[in-house]
Amino acid sequence: MIFGYPLLSVVIWLPIIFGLLVLATGNDRNAHLARVIALVGAVLSFLVTLPLYTGFDRMTSAMQFVVREDWITRFNIHYHLGVDGISVLFVLLNSFFTPLVVIAGWKVIEKRVAQYMAAFLIMSGLVNGVFASLDAILFYVFWEAMLIPMFIIIGVWGGPNRVYAAVKFFLFTLLGSLLMLVALLYLHQQSGGSFEILDFHRMAMPSLSAQIFVFIAFFMAFSVKVPMFPVHTWLPDAHVEAPTGGSVVLAAIMLKVGAYGFIRFSMPIVPDASHYLAPVMIALSLIAVVYIGLVALTQADMKKLVAYSSISHMGFVTLGFFIFNPYGMEGALLQMISHGFVAGALFLCIGVLYDRVHSRQIVDYGGVANKMPVFAAFFMLFAMSNSGLPGTSGFVGEFMVIMGAVKVNFWYAFAAASTLIFGAAYTLWMYKRVIFGAVANDHVAHLHDIGTREKIVFAVLAVSVLAMGLYPLPFADIMHASVNDLLVHLATPKVLN
Amino acid sequence: MDMQNLYLLVPLAPLVGAIAAGFFGKVMGRTWSHRITITLVAVSFFASLAIFQDVMAGHPFNGTIYKWMSSGDTSLEIGFLIDRLTVMMMLVVTFVSLMVHIYTIGYMEEDPGYQRFFSYISLFTFSMLMLVMANNFMQLFFGWEAVGLVSYLLIGFWYTRPTAIYANLKAFLVNRVGDFGFLLGIGLVLMVFGTLDYSSVFANAHNYVNDMAPIPGISVGLLTAICILLFIGAMGKSAQFPLHVWLPDSMEGPTPISALIHAATMVTAGIFMVARMSPLFELSETALSFVMVIGAITALFMGFLGVIQNDIKRVVAYSTLSQLGYMTVALGASAYSVAVFHLMTHAFFKALLFLAAGSVIIAMHHDQDMRNMGGLRKYLPITWITSLIGSLALIGTPFFSGFYSKDSIIEAVGMSHLPGSGFAYFSVVAGVFVTAFYSFRMYFMVFHGEERFGKSHHDHQGDHADEETSQDHHHGLKPGQKPHEPSGVVTWPLILLAIPSVLIGFFTIDSMLFGDYFLDSIYISHEHHALVEMREEFHGAFAMALHSLFTLPFWLALAGVGSAWFLYIKRPDIPAVIKQKFSIIYTLLDQKYYFDRFNDWFFAGGARGASRFLWKFGDVKLIDGFFVNGSAKMVGMFSGVMRRLQTGYVYHYAFWMIIGVSALLTVRTWFE
Repeated sequence: MIFGYPLLSVVIWLPIIFGLLVLATGNDRNAHLARVIALVGAVLSFLVTLPLYTGFDRMTSAMQFVVREDWITRFNIHYHLGVDGISVLFVLLNSFFTPLVVIAGWKVIEKRVAQYMAAFLIMSGLVNGVFASLDAILFYVFWEAMLIPMFIIIGVWGGPNRVYAAVKFFLFTLLGSLLMLVALLYLHQQSGGSFEILDFHRMAMPSLSAQIFVFIAFFMAFSVKVPMFPVHTWLPDAHVEAPTGGSVVLAAIMLKVGAYGFIRFSMPIVPDASHYLAPVMIALSLIAVVYIGLVALTQADMKKLVAYSSISHMGFVTLGFFIFNPYGMEGALLQMISHGFVAGALFLCIGVLYDRVHSRQIVDYGGVANKMPVFAAFFMLFAMSNSGLPGTSGFVGEFMVIMGAVKVNFWYAFAAASTLIFGAAYTLWMYKRVIFGAVANDHVAHLHDIGTREKIVFAVLAVSVLAMGLYPLPFADIMHASVNDLLVHLATPKVLN
Repeated sequence: MDMQNLYLLVPLAPLVGAIAAGFFGKVMGRTWSHRITITLVAVSFFASLAIFQDVMAGHPFNGTIYKWMSSGDTSLEIGFLIDRLTVMMMLVVTFVSLMVHIYTIGYMEEDPGYQRFFSYISLFTFSMLMLVMANNFMQLFFGWEAVGLVSYLLIGFWYTRPTAIYANLKAFLVNRVGDFGFLLGIGLVLMVFGTLDYSSVFANAHNYVNDMAPIPGISVGLLTAICILLFIGAMGKSAQFPLHVWLPDSMEGPTPISALIHAATMVTAGIFMVARMSPLFELSETALSFVMVIGAITALFMGFLGVIQNDIKRVVAYSTLSQLGYMTVALGASAYSVAVFHLMTHAFFKALLFLAAGSVIIAMHHDQDMRNMGGLRKYLPITWITSLIGSLALIGTPFFSGFYSKDSIIEAVGMSHLPGSGFAYFSVVAGVFVTAFYSFRMYFMVFHGEERFGKSHHDHQGDHADEETSQDHHHGLKPGQKPHEPSGVVTWPLILLAIPSVLIGFFTIDSMLFGDYFLDSIYISHEHHALVEMREEFHGAFAMALHSLFTLPFWLALAGVGSAWFLYIKRPDIPAVIKQKFSIIYTLLDQKYYFDRFNDWFFAGGARGASRFLWKFGDVKLIDGFFVNGSAKMVGMFSGVMRRLQTGYVYHYAFWMIIGVSALLTVRTWFE
């Protein structure tokens, strides 16, 4: 409670209310007003999340800032919110990105401005809801609801092939979600009529085969979102067609929801199945790192390349989870945060170029540094972070996951560490062809460097990337208690034998 | 001032300079950019001097600055280990960096990226200092990659030139191959020792001598695996065979950084690292043997390549490769202090040779082809004398600094009994002749003989070769134009580097190799007694030089100089004949043993091919084409069939109902 208000409710509903306000400004005659209200709303929504960090008790793994009200009493469903050391980081990350996306779309979006801004604000609130829900049905509602604004963003402001991409995105994710709902209902029944996620964590699941069934159902929902190999193919299409803001939120936030599902649902609810199926998960993760890393190398479309790079980097997250040690787990969580900054920033960089030249093809560029030196410098920093350079955020998570993987099996680490080469190869090769060289064509010759608005967005992200790389302790500190608790929980079998 | 603040000042001063020149370079202008960065590097140098005195007075330091991260029960920290090895490196790095900073004023005078360049070299100085001052493996890796980044930025400094941006990507990726091994080595260290702190790891290393490495499927000693993995990192950074391929191409960068990064400091990081890790390497003879053989291959075979180069910078680059090989051989022979000693002397004379080459390049208006030079001694007296000093030091002329370090390496290898030491000994001895030959080939071609400049023979790869894109397009001297000595900012660093190139070996060999200079910062197992034996035979620097006049290496060096003189001054028509007669060997050398071709074809081409295949076949055809769109099609087909069933005619429905009912009845009776 802050000033008598349930903080998490404010965090969820404030951006949604502002979103509705923005919608109320109506059509594009009031575009400027819509932008201003959206920015004010986004910044306020971020500011109200800050007490979550400052007021967070690092010593406990219990849920904090808890709100619990009756919702649908007949089915024992509650409006139950709370964050622990894991979810709090993602609420912060999500709210941090909303103002950036609003600023990034400030001038670029000229049609249906109010709807565009509103979609992002509403989505931001819904995503906060996903991370803060402690009731399974509440979680499910936010989880599904969050798809709608993204579906609209891609479908309305997207590229020429946007309908295929939007439908592919929607079907992939919906199909998985339905299985999750089945699993939730099953758990509800097994737990004797509770939808509390924490009850699910605690309840006995003596049958390994039942655990495996639940694991697979959750896996279908979460692996699509991460996305893991082989259900990743919707992501490059969605990114290519999405407007810049959509790509940023998709990469920075949406992918994290899937990974979050694994540690909030799959692993604590069915720990034995998680251990049992860990080799499969590790294999899929390593395929993502190596195979997708290779696939990224020859992509001709910058957005596709970064999309594949995202999948490869998210492979580190699932790898880190399923090696069950502190380095892996915390490294994976830090990788999620860092990937938010870096992939978000890279999509913004591509957006900057696209706004000016209206092409995402690498061959249409060359020698951009000659015309946009400031932009080139920012892009270099983000590209290096994407290649895992120490001192930037991209290094922290990868380093820790690799350290954790060596403890489990040297060859896991060996495969994962190949990203050192592939990650640098695809990122820097793209950078070379786009940014370096002589001015390639007339389009490039007429480029103008980034303006103040763009500089602000990039500067904020650059500071984040460097701060996290040079001093990641504050990010890790907050999650220690929760991660340790989770690992202890995971080490305690539910199957009795 | 508190010593700890002084420690912090050393790396942070250049960092501040880098930030100032990088972000505010436009505002400050050229003059203030170089003033600020040079002042701050000078501050760093003098602070290092003060720390040197303090450490020599018996006050080493090992402590944490801040906690970077903690996880589980281990924590990773940023901290400094300041002992005698560190402080020597700090002095070398800051001194050479200071010289290069000053020199840059002259060399980059007309370049539009002036401030950016100063920012980069200051950033490099910061990174390199963080590397050598680290007290743990993580920070070492940190600095290790950071110097790689700056090297990447500087090789590609002239980013409009295709060759430069090819070379910098290549350098970064080849280094990443090394870092791949390095990181896995660090991972094993963390796993086994539970910490990345040097002192705790070194103190416990001997407990693991008989352990096997936890690598499924491979049976190898734990410490051997760790050392070889770490050394793979060194092979990348210090350009050892077969990861040497990036260094010659790195000459695409401006000459000052070739001196600073690709000769004097960064490339020696691998040597420094192995010396720092001596408590680990000493426990694995297999690893030492591996190190020695790799070093020997590099020392000899890279030297051969220097013989046929015509680009003045490339000669010096191959000579650097070969000298790095010498240092590596010394490491393998457990003569760490000798390796570090050679590292130090080499830093001075090689930086000198590079900067002198740069001075020649300025005088030649950015023509780097030695075939267009000749007779320059008349026009560039300071460059000429300092180059001669550098070359004499490089080939190991008695009394010059290079003599003491190189001769010690040869002796140390001669006393090693590890597998491969015979080959290593042959390599380093034969290498003396090769070194002397290519060094004086270059010296004679540039400073003596016929004046070939000002003629139209131009097929150079100058620093500003790309006419359209380079802002600074001098292309060699025009007919009738005479070269002249560059200004004082260029020549003074040459003079200041020439002094230690001559003297430092003579004055420091006693304490560095045979005295107690390194104390406990280098550990040598009592089983490896090369240095002990050498100490018994050592009777002072003067006697050592005199004695060498009666040894094979001296005569080999003399023979090398003599052959160079004969072939390039006395009978300059012979080289062409040799080239024709031995065209197979020449082609092999000219193609750099086909390493670049092979790498381009196999690794780069192979990765691209695999990438296209996996994408086109795996993602597009199999997953999307077959499973995703395939299932969509299936659903479509299925619904098409279903649609046909719904005709709207009552008798069709009645027919299907009858079929259905009878089917159900059949099933029912069946089960009963």
